[in-house]
Amino acid sequence: MKSGFLESTAMTFARALTRAMLSERTARRRGLLQSLDPRVRVVGLFSLVLAVTISRRIPAIAALFALAVVIALLSQVSIAALAGRVWLVVLAFTGVIALPAIFLTPGHPVAGFGKLVITEQGLRTAALLILRVETAVTLTTLLVLCTPWAHVLKALRALRLPREAIAMLAMSYRYVFLLVETATQMLESRSSRTVGVLTPSGQRRMAARTAGVLLSRSVALSNDVYLAMQARGFRGDVQVLSDFRMTRWDYLGLLLFLAAGVTAVCLGR
Amino acid sequence: MPPLFEAQDVFFDYDGIPALRGLSLAIAHGERITLLGANGSGKSTLLRLLDALSFPSRGVIHFNREPLTPERLQDDGFAFPFRRQVGLVFQNPDVQLFNPTVFDEVAFAPLQLRWPKEQVLQKVHETLELMRISHLRDRPPHRLSGGEKKRVALASVLVLDPAVLLLDEPTSTLDPRSQNQIIDLMQEWKGSSKTVVTATHQLEIVEDIADRIFVLEEGRVAAAGTPAEILSDRELLLRANLVHAHRHAHGGVVHSHPHIHSHSRHEH
Repeated sequence: MKSGFLESTAMTFARALTRAMLSERTARRRGLLQSLDPRVRVVGLFSLVLAVTISRRIPAIAALFALAVVIALLSQVSIAALAGRVWLVVLAFTGVIALPAIFLTPGHPVAGFGKLVITEQGLRTAALLILRVETAVTLTTLLVLCTPWAHVLKALRALRLPREAIAMLAMSYRYVFLLVETATQMLESRSSRTVGVLTPSGQRRMAARTAGVLLSRSVALSNDVYLAMQARGFRGDVQVLSDFRMTRWDYLGLLLFLAAGVTAVCLGR
Repeated sequence: MPPLFEAQDVFFDYDGIPALRGLSLAIAHGERITLLGANGSGKSTLLRLLDALSFPSRGVIHFNREPLTPERLQDDGFAFPFRRQVGLVFQNPDVQLFNPTVFDEVAFAPLQLRWPKEQVLQKVHETLELMRISHLRDRPPHRLSGGEKKRVALASVLVLDPAVLLLDEPTSTLDPRSQNQIIDLMQEWKGSSKTVVTATHQLEIVEDIADRIFVLEEGRVAAAGTPAEILSDRELLLRANLVHAHRHAHGGVVHSHPHIHSHSRHEH
């Protein structure tokens, strides 16, 4: 049977999750980011993201983007993978949002298509938006690619994020895999018992039923998980081990990250 | 000596669908008990009630003479020692494995019970070694094979070295080697002070893991006895849907009989 919207969405989601698993392999490589304490990675990269959002000048943000590329190279992250998975996707999504600004922003005209006029200010606004999003997403992706999820959570905990928030993040990450697996199996099972093409209304009914069953299964699963946590002594306040140790190298790394962020903000005003 | 667990006329239902209907039993300290029953006979429900995760709609369950009630479990003074003493391994390991790594999974229970950090690290290390899963310590539990998941789920409870172990189908869905490893481990508990209550429908393993069997049928205890007594009662096993008539040929003669494979021997 020809795969429909639901199947292709589920399969795409499953592929994305597989990629997320592959990222843990990058996290185990020897590289610049991997050699730093996870707390330094979280604070350092987020401080650069903050600098990107505050900066208003293209050269300052472009410098941060270049810095992100250098960090990626030194951390053994594939530039081809970054280009395919981040830069092109972000360009496509942000480009759609930025496109009207090229024509709608008033200013000095540089080209025209009939009544539509491209302005210099419009081009600058669109470039600023795209570059800002590209840089911020690249930096965030570097954190996720170079840090096992467990360490990201531990680092957030060490940075005093509420335990409940950490527990929710951990659970979401863990069970989204299981639910996607379940959804994929349900769709495969359905496909194996379906012959021919369903009508659009039939497809909608089937999609609604599948979503309903998946929801009821996830409710039952969440109830069981809560019981399993209680069975092992959970009393509403998650206790975790944090065994990170800062070295001189980590302090130096943190200092360099913060210095880069502050410099970019100063230059980008 | 009073029984460790005593269930008296216990009823339980899931949204009106009855699971236990007037079940009564007593389990002594140090006994190795098997709850034997077909799917839907109430085994898993009983284990959850014994672990005070759910509570009877009628009747009462006592643990060391203390009634297991929601109010009693609200009290940290009772709940912490109870969770320290009683460990439940769920049938579905995906329910039990919710931490980002195997190490975190095994460390979860001692951390919740506020053990000192050094003790947690040492005990987790010992348990990973015991279960031969040290090489998995940094892996995400949800990406493991079925057998590995079961071993991690067992390790996540054994790390506390609980006096009472409640095991829900510990060997189901496992390949023969993984199944044997878990049964060997359970056989090592024989003669120890550990009380082990195992729910299963696999007749072939009960002689190896049980001193006494309760056969559950439609939410009640249909029979109790030693493995030899229960396994020799073919009528009971057929009625409880634990064996089926097996037809096969010896030479040219086809005949039919109830069929049991033991973990350690095969009998007709």
